[in-house]
Amino acid sequence: MSELVIFVVAGAGALAGALTLILAKHPVYSALGMLGTLFSLAVLYVSQLAHFVAAVQVVVYAGAIMTLFLFVIMLIGVDQVEDTSETIRGQRVGAIGVVAAFAILSGYLWLSGIFSWEVVGTGTEPVNGSIEATGQLLFAEWVLPFEVTSLLLIVASVGAVGLALFKPRKAEDE
Amino acid sequence: MMPIWLALAKVLLAFVVGLGVVVLLVWFERKIVSDLQNRIGPNRAGPFGILQTVADGLKLFFKEQITPSRVERFVFELAPFLAVVPALMLFLVVPIARPIEITLDGAPYLLSFAALDINVGLLFALAMSSIAVYAIVLAGWSSGSKYPLIGGVRGSAQAISYEAAMGLSMVAVVMWVTTLPGVTDMGAMSVNEIVLRQQGTFFPDLLALSWIPQWNLIPQFPAFVIFMIAIFAETNRAPFDLVEAEQEIVAGFNTEYSGMRFAMFFLAEYLNMFTMSALAVSLFLGGWGGPFLDTIDGWAATALSFGYFLFKTGLVLFLFVWVRATLPRFRYDQLMQLGWKRLIPTALLWLILTTLVVSFREFGAPWA
Repeated sequence: MSELVIFVVAGAGALAGALTLILAKHPVYSALGMLGTLFSLAVLYVSQLAHFVAAVQVVVYAGAIMTLFLFVIMLIGVDQVEDTSETIRGQRVGAIGVVAAFAILSGYLWLSGIFSWEVVGTGTEPVNGSIEATGQLLFAEWVLPFEVTSLLLIVASVGAVGLALFKPRKAEDE
Repeated sequence: MMPIWLALAKVLLAFVVGLGVVVLLVWFERKIVSDLQNRIGPNRAGPFGILQTVADGLKLFFKEQITPSRVERFVFELAPFLAVVPALMLFLVVPIARPIEITLDGAPYLLSFAALDINVGLLFALAMSSIAVYAIVLAGWSSGSKYPLIGGVRGSAQAISYEAAMGLSMVAVVMWVTTLPGVTDMGAMSVNEIVLRQQGTFFPDLLALSWIPQWNLIPQFPAFVIFMIAIFAETNRAPFDLVEAEQEIVAGFNTEYSGMRFAMFFLAEYLNMFTMSALAVSLFLGGWGGPFLDTIDGWAATALSFGYFLFKTGLVLFLFVWVRATLPRFRYDQLMQLGWKRLIPTALLWLILTTLVVSFREFGAPWA
């Protein structure tokens, strides 16, 4: 019963934060909305006994990343017109191609049945979300996916920088 | 399972201790600074001016709260609360006295004096200290004025820069206490557990040296130095008080605040100082530990351990005040240089060294 109450309250908080994020006129309020969502999710993690994930959620997302967002919003100022010009030739076609390739790959994986969804913790046994258990899983069983994910994040951030900063040689000369 | 009234009582006790210490701390700081500057300091309200803070608090309580016309009202009113709440929450994980065995509902129960004795205590403390910066950032932005905005932007950059070093020094401590000789069970990320593992002595067999307590301060001294520098920066105290540098940006993020709202920022700053000092005491100075605790028992020992805790925290707080009265403020580029080019590399290096020592201790030498 108490879990239901927590779920409803925190879930409503997460939804309200998400709506604020996309509907707010001012970017700072958007950031605050996102902050609300992150905290509500942390509460939900606690109610699932995943204390470690909840703490990390607050330390990393609320503490570091959102602070950085706010910093950037304030430093750049909010009156800037967003630059939506495309700097890489054919980037739209390229993006569609990459998405199609990803769809084909994931569709193949799904149909071939190599991977299956694993649902944990539906039984009576509670999931152990302590630091020790999480550490064991992360650094023993799931160490390769974990490291690959970090590689993916680096690729994504390099890609974002490339999209924003890459200028064709010709445009530079003009 | 802890009954709910006990949990409430613990939280209430933590708040009372926190707020009580803050009232004394403001007076303590003014007295020490005036001594260091060859002045007299507050000496009118109460004996030695000890009630000066109460008088100032009452004055601020009755003052008008001015709301400038260009503020973002909702955030402007929210920011002071965001300052106080994390500061109080952080204090919850710090054990303030030795646990005592009591009888609860007819069964023996080990009553710990950390209001929130959780497995991820240290991460919780890190989380609270990292969200404390929102108060400064949002107060600076919502004031709708130049100087507060500059203070707010400075605050966010500073917090991000020094949090990494603080976290890394904590990791070294956690690894150290997790693999202490004789420890068989795993993790020690609960602050309570870290304090417990610092009781006793390094040399139980040598009578001549058995007075040296088993504090992390000795094996983890570099981590202690990094941690202290980082908490000075995290609490925005001199020489890192760039967010409210009076000579440059009026009063920084709280320029437009007055009355009770200003008092809340003031309260939060001193609460942060106290809680961070208490955390430093718990991580490095053996928390509530001290001599003669084992010779007495019951509530007397608990009271004595609380006294040790307050005494040690007082020493760290004196360091805060001493540094404030001694060192000039950093320039902004110096602050960034120190954080990114000195502190974080040093912390990483120390972490690697600690890892080596810890793995030797845990698995033996690789050639053996």
